[in-house]
Amino acid sequence: MNIGNDLRSALRGLSSNKLRSALTVLGIFIGVGAVIIVVAYGNGSSQAVQNRIKALGTNTITILNRGRFGRGPATGGTQSQAATITSQDVANISDPNQAPDVLSVSPVLNTNGTASYSGASDSGVSLTGTTPTYLTAEDYQVQAGSSLTTQNVAHHDQVAVIGQTLVSDLFQVGQNPIGAEVYFGSVRFQVIGVLATKASGTGADPNNIALVPYTTAQDLLTGYTNNFTELIVQARSAGAVNAAEQETADILASANQTSVANLPFTIVNEATLLATSASTSSTFTVLLTVIAAVSLLVGGIGIMNIMLVVVTERTREIGIRKAIGAPRRAILGQFLTEAVLLSLIGGLAGVVVGVIGTHFRIAGVKPVPTTGSVVGAFAVTVAVGVFFGFYPASRAAALRPVDALRYE
Amino acid sequence: MGPDGGWQNDATPVGPLPVRAGPIPTGSSGSPGSSRAVLGARTGGEGPPVIALRHVTRLYRMGDTDVHALAGVSLVIERGEFVAIMGASGSGKSTMMNVIGCLDVPTSGRYWLDGVDVRNLDESALARIRNRKIGFVFQSFNLIPRTTALANVELPLGYAGVNARERRQRALDALDMVGLTDRTGHVPSEMSGGQQQRVAVARAIVTNPSLILADEPTGNLDTRSSEDIMAIFDQLNRAGRTVVLITHEPDIARHTRRVVRLRDGQVVSDERFDRREAVTG
Repeated sequence: MNIGNDLRSALRGLSSNKLRSALTVLGIFIGVGAVIIVVAYGNGSSQAVQNRIKALGTNTITILNRGRFGRGPATGGTQSQAATITSQDVANISDPNQAPDVLSVSPVLNTNGTASYSGASDSGVSLTGTTPTYLTAEDYQVQAGSSLTTQNVAHHDQVAVIGQTLVSDLFQVGQNPIGAEVYFGSVRFQVIGVLATKASGTGADPNNIALVPYTTAQDLLTGYTNNFTELIVQARSAGAVNAAEQETADILASANQTSVANLPFTIVNEATLLATSASTSSTFTVLLTVIAAVSLLVGGIGIMNIMLVVVTERTREIGIRKAIGAPRRAILGQFLTEAVLLSLIGGLAGVVVGVIGTHFRIAGVKPVPTTGSVVGAFAVTVAVGVFFGFYPASRAAALRPVDALRYE
Repeated sequence: MGPDGGWQNDATPVGPLPVRAGPIPTGSSGSPGSSRAVLGARTGGEGPPVIALRHVTRLYRMGDTDVHALAGVSLVIERGEFVAIMGASGSGKSTMMNVIGCLDVPTSGRYWLDGVDVRNLDESALARIRNRKIGFVFQSFNLIPRTTALANVELPLGYAGVNARERRQRALDALDMVGLTDRTGHVPSEMSGGQQQRVAVARAIVTNPSLILADEPTGNLDTRSSEDIMAIFDQLNRAGRTVVLITHEPDIARHTRRVVRLRDGQVVSDERFDRREAVTG
C-alpha cells in the first residue's frame, strides 16, 4: 500500500478522537520541548562562563588586600598589625628566580572618585593606579592614543588612559579625548589613550575606568602609601597559573612571616572558580537533559499504550481489511504510520515551543539553541514512534481474519 | 499470481463427489484477467469450477470436546451459478463461509478455489486470493467507518496495487452499477443500511472476482432494501457472475437457482431450480 493512503487513514484515525490523540502527544511534546530548551540554556550558560573567563584576562590571579587583619578564623586575631602588600613584595614576585612561573606583576592602587571635564562629570569612575603590564594582564586594548609607559610610572606623570564608559560620560560624540585635561577630584590628568570596550566580566563595569601610573596615584590621590590594594599576577601560560599562585603565596607568606594557609590576603584564581562552576553547570545540563529525555521515553510508552487501545478498538476494521485482501505488511504499515504520525505531531509541536522558549532569558542566562538538539530531538521522536508503534502494529497485523471479523 | 493454473498440476480431484455428476473439468483455467470490465460476462461451465470442496472437515476444540463444524463436506460450484447455502444456526454455515472465503482453513479435506488448491498457501498468498478471487458481502455491511463510499470501494484495489487513477475509475463504475453514483462522497454513518450494503456489494465486485460470497446479506435490512440488494445479485448473476449466498431465509434463497442445505456440518440436500423466468419476470 502506498504511503499516501496510510497517511490519510492515519489522520482519519487520529482525528476521530482528537482529545485522546492530543493527550497522547503531550508526553513527546513536553519531552522534545524540554530537551531543546534545557540544552539551549545549558549551552547559553556555558558560553556565558566562557565569556567571563575571557573577560577575566589572560592567566591571571588576583591578590586582594582588603585591609583585613589576617584571613579569617585561621589567624584568630594573633596579628597585631594590618598586613600590607609592598613594593618589595612586587619586586620579589617579579624576580624570575623566586617566581619562575610569573610573567608579570601589576600592582594596583584603586580608588573610586569623580572625574570631570568641562562641565561633564562621572562620579563612579574606578581610578586605577598601576603599571603598563596591567593592560596585558587584564586584557585591555588601547584603541586610540598610547598606553602607559614605564617612563610615565618612573616620572610620576599625570597622565591617564581612560575606558569607553568614561569617554562617553565626559565627552560629546565626535570630540577627541586624546590630549584633553580631565580632573579626578581636584587633580588634573592628561588623557593619553583610550581603551577599547572590554566585555563585562564579574562585578563592576570594566569600561568605567581610568588607568594612571601607580606612582602618581600614590602621590596625589590616595596619599603617600607603600601599600597596594591588589596585585595582578600574570602567569607564563594557562598551565602555569596554579604554580604562579603557589609561588606568589609563598613569597607573600614569608614576607608576612606566616604560613600560606594563614596568609592575610585573599588570593583569587577566578579562572579556576569559573571552570569549576562551568563544569558544575554542564553536569546539571546533562542531568536535566536526561530527565527531559526520560519524558520522551514516557511519551513513547503512552503512544504504545494508546496504539494498543486503537488496535483493539479497530479489530473489526482490521478483520474487514484482511478479508478484502490486505496483506500483513499493509496492516503493519497502516498502524505504524499512525504511531509515527502521533509522535511526529508531538515532536513538531515540541520543536516549535522549544525554539520559541529559547528566546527568553532565564536567570540572566541567554539561551543558545543548537541545531544538533533540535535535529536530535526530532530524530529521536521518529525513532520513538517506530519503536513503540511496532509492537501494537505487529499485533494488528498478526490478527487472524476470522477472529478479527467476529470481534464485537 | 503464482498459484494460477495449478489445477492441472496438483489438483485433479478423483473419487466420489456426491453433489455433482459428470467428470471433473480439466480444461485450461481461464485466468481471471483484471482488465475485464466490472460487469464482464463469465460463461458457465468454462474452466475449472469456482468452488470444489472434497471431504472438507473443520474441527473446533471447545474445552475437552471436539466440535465438527464441518463434517466432511463435498461440493462443486461451477462458474456462473447462483447458489444459496442454507441451514439453521449451528449447522456449519458460517464455518462453510469462512472456509470458502479463505478466511479459515479446513482441518482436513481439500478445497480448490478457481482451480487453486488453497491447502498449502501461506497467509500472504491467502490474502492475495481473497483480494483477487473473492468479493465479500457481510451481514453487517462491514464498511470502514469514517471513510467515504468511494474510498471503501477503492480499498481492495489499493491492496492489489492498482494505480490511483484506475482505482478511482473502477470504483466509480462499481458504484454506478449498484446505483450509488450520487453517494460516492458519503461516509457510512450518512447512509441507510440498504445504501451501505450496496456500497459493500460495489466493493465486492470492484476487483472483478471469480466469486461473490455473501453472508446473510439482507439479515440487517428491511424488506424493501432486501429486495433492492437481491435485485443487484440477480443482475450480477445474469451478467455471468458466480454468486454464493449464505442465508436462512427461504425468501432470499428463492432468488437462487440452487439450494444447498446443511445440517450438523453435512450437506443434507442439494436442489437445482430454473428460476430465471420467475426472477426476471
